[in-house]
Order: sequence, then structure tokens, then C-alpha cells
Amino acid sequence: MRADRAGPNAMTAFRQSVEAMIPALRRYARALARDADIADDLVQDTLVRALRSERLFLGGDVRSWLYTILTNLNKNRRRSLARRPQFMPLLDNNPDASGTEAEGRDIARALATLAEEQRAVLLLVMLEGLSYREVADIQAVPIGTVMSRLARARAHVKAVLEGERPALRRVK
Amino acid sequence: MTEPTIPVTEDELHAYVDNELPAERRGDVEAWLAAHPEDAERVQSWISMAEELHARYDSIINEPVPKRLELERVAQQPRKWLYGAIAASLIAFATGGGVGWFAHGAAASPSVFQSFTLDALDAHRLYVVEVRHPVDVPGDQRAHLQAWLTKRCGWDVHAPDLEGTGLKLVGGRLLPGPGGPASFLMYEGPSGERFTIYAAKATTAETQMRYTASGNDGALAWAERGVGFVVTGGGDRDRLTQVARLVYDQTEKIGG
Repeated sequence: MRADRAGPNAMTAFRQSVEAMIPALRRYARALARDADIADDLVQDTLVRALRSERLFLGGDVRSWLYTILTNLNKNRRRSLARRPQFMPLLDNNPDASGTEAEGRDIARALATLAEEQRAVLLLVMLEGLSYREVADIQAVPIGTVMSRLARARAHVKAVLEGERPALRRVK
Repeated sequence: MTEPTIPVTEDELHAYVDNELPAERRGDVEAWLAAHPEDAERVQSWISMAEELHARYDSIINEPVPKRLELERVAQQPRKWLYGAIAASLIAFATGGGVGWFAHGAAASPSVFQSFTLDALDAHRLYVVEVRHPVDVPGDQRAHLQAWLTKRCGWDVHAPDLEGTGLKLVGGRLLPGPGGPASFLMYEGPSGERFTIYAAKATTAETQMRYTASGNDGALAWAERGVGFVVTGGGDRDRLTQVARLVYDQTEKIGG
């Protein structure tokens, strides 16, 4: 893949900044998708798209951009999951991929009960340390929406952690 | 203790925890928290929550990056896999103008192909055991088979030549697909190994190849120009990959 616009050094810099983000993307994806395999699939797809768009990337914050790609990929994944849920269990190659790490299982379970966009906000702010402004850009919503999602997510997780565990069975 | 002149809002409590609060307001919030234990308790619970998140997920940062996520490897995926979506992202880029552009982009979803792959695996299992009637149109009528399936399916169905890897076209049949007709082609090797190629209209224009195993069968699935392909075979993944690459290269050349 050649960088037509940017010189070879710029391309290297781009790749370096993408590469430096892989561990953090994996962390975010794992918390977001709660399944190690699906999480790494998401990261892989994110990287493929990032490199594909290398020539189109005219500067800006690579970090935010990668989080944006991953967040949207997960949203689409969940959307099609919801459309055809009955197909999932049969193809579940690795049912034990999640939930094996007993430690901190409660926080993971609490995350699982959050609405998708609330979980993303909570993780981007609290785990990945992004600013409200960055999260607003990632989700393409006003900052006020980010703040209300964050407030609702925190209240919900707090309630779950404190024992109001909703009788939700995890849908895989 | 003096109350802050302006009452502290819920938003400000969050902003305080997230370091989003203007420095000059921090003192006010701290004074407020000292005077409002319930708010202080909530703020503390959010801080603990963040600590729990880090305790749970930070170890991933230190895990070695899996081979398949190494940038070298990701970049080495043949370029042709990537072409289709470039156009889409170009357009989206031009119209999106900001970080939101990707929302319009061609984001492929793995699970769509999982259900696709399931259909293909079912078809594979159903017909691969057939000795007398595995196909409707036999492989020696290749031209007729291709013309018929092309007409019914609505894209250019091409039965790839896999003789180079020892597989002969047994024939093909028409099957119901997720959103219309699907073409189903069967190949057989000298030792009786059978591979099938299932193709149907896909909702996603373009994806990478994905591997799924189910029982003794493995399947490799991808989409190209709006058509999803699944190559299914028993046993060895390397062998399956070899066959799938041949199929891929030929559908690419023909143009889906």
C-alpha cells in the first residue's frame, strides 16, 4: 500500500501511531464485546480499515479515529446479531472464551447489562481516558448526550454492583 | 464550611471525576462534597468503578499482541481484498467531513457471514454425503451449469477450475439463500474429499476471509462485490485455505 499524498516518512509515522494503539484497542474491544475472540476480530477489522484508509487519512488524531472505527464496527456487529440471534449459538466456536476470568467478573457482568452506547461511553471515558469532546466526536453526538449517557451508565453499573442484579441472562 | 456560591450540578460531579472540570471550580466541588456525604459517596463509587475496570482489563495491555493483529500481517492481506470498500470510504470521507464519516462507511459485520456460513455448512453436510444425486447439473455440463446459475442468481456464476489442486467439478445446484437464490457447486478429489462453494447475495459489499469450524467441517467465507462466498470442506484447515484461495483468485479475475 502506497501513500500517494504523504511521503514515506509520514506513512511510517501513521503506521507507528496505529501500531502503538493496538494494546489499548484490544483492551477496549474486550470490555466492549466481552469475548476475547470477537474482541480481537473487531481489532483486526479496525486495523484493516485503518490501513485501507491510510491514504485518505489527512491528519488528525489517529487514536480517536481508531476508537471510532472500532465503536462503529461493534455497533454494526450487534445490530446484525440482533437481527439473526438464532444463528449465533450454533457457530459459537469458543463458548468459554468469555467469563472464564473469575476475577472482576462482577464489573464485566455489570457492563453486559448496559445499553450499547452507554457501555461505549463509560469505557471510552473511564477505561481509555478519552475526553468528553473526543467521545462526542466518536459517537457523533453532542457533548450533552455523552454526559447524560455517562451519568446513566454510572448509575446503572453502581446499582448492579451493589446487588440489584437484574435477572438478565447473557445472550450470546 | 461555606457553600459554593453556585450550587454544584450532577454534570460537574462527573466532570470532577473525569478531570473535565475547569481548575477554578475544583475547589468549589471539593467543598460541596465535604458538605454533601451522599454526593461524596457517589463520586467515590465512580472512582472505585474506574479502578475496578482497570483492574479487570489493564492486563490485556501487557498481553503479547496476537500474530494476526500484527500490522505487518494485516497490511499483507492482498490488496485486492480491500478495493471494494475503498470507493465507499472515499465517498463517505468526502461527505462526512469529520469523525462521523465512518458511520456511513462500508463497515462489514462478521456475524452476517456467520449466518451465511451456517447456511453453507448445512448445504454442504446435506449434499456432500449424497452418492447418487449430489448435484442437479453434472460437472461435464459446465457451460450450461454456469449459464443456468447466472440466470437464476443474478450475478456472474463461474465454476472455478480447481484441477490444479486435484479437485474436479462434480456439478452444481440452486439453493435458497438468505435473500434470494444461492449457487452451490461441488468438487471432488481422487480420494473422495469433497469441497463445496456456496454463494449468495450479501448485505455487505466486502469483507475479509473468515474461518469457521463446525463439527468435522471447516468453512472460509468472504464477500466480494456484494456476493458472499463460502468454501466448505472437511478436515484440514490448510487444505481448505488453499482451495479457498484458488476460488477467491478466480472469482476475483472473473469479476464476482
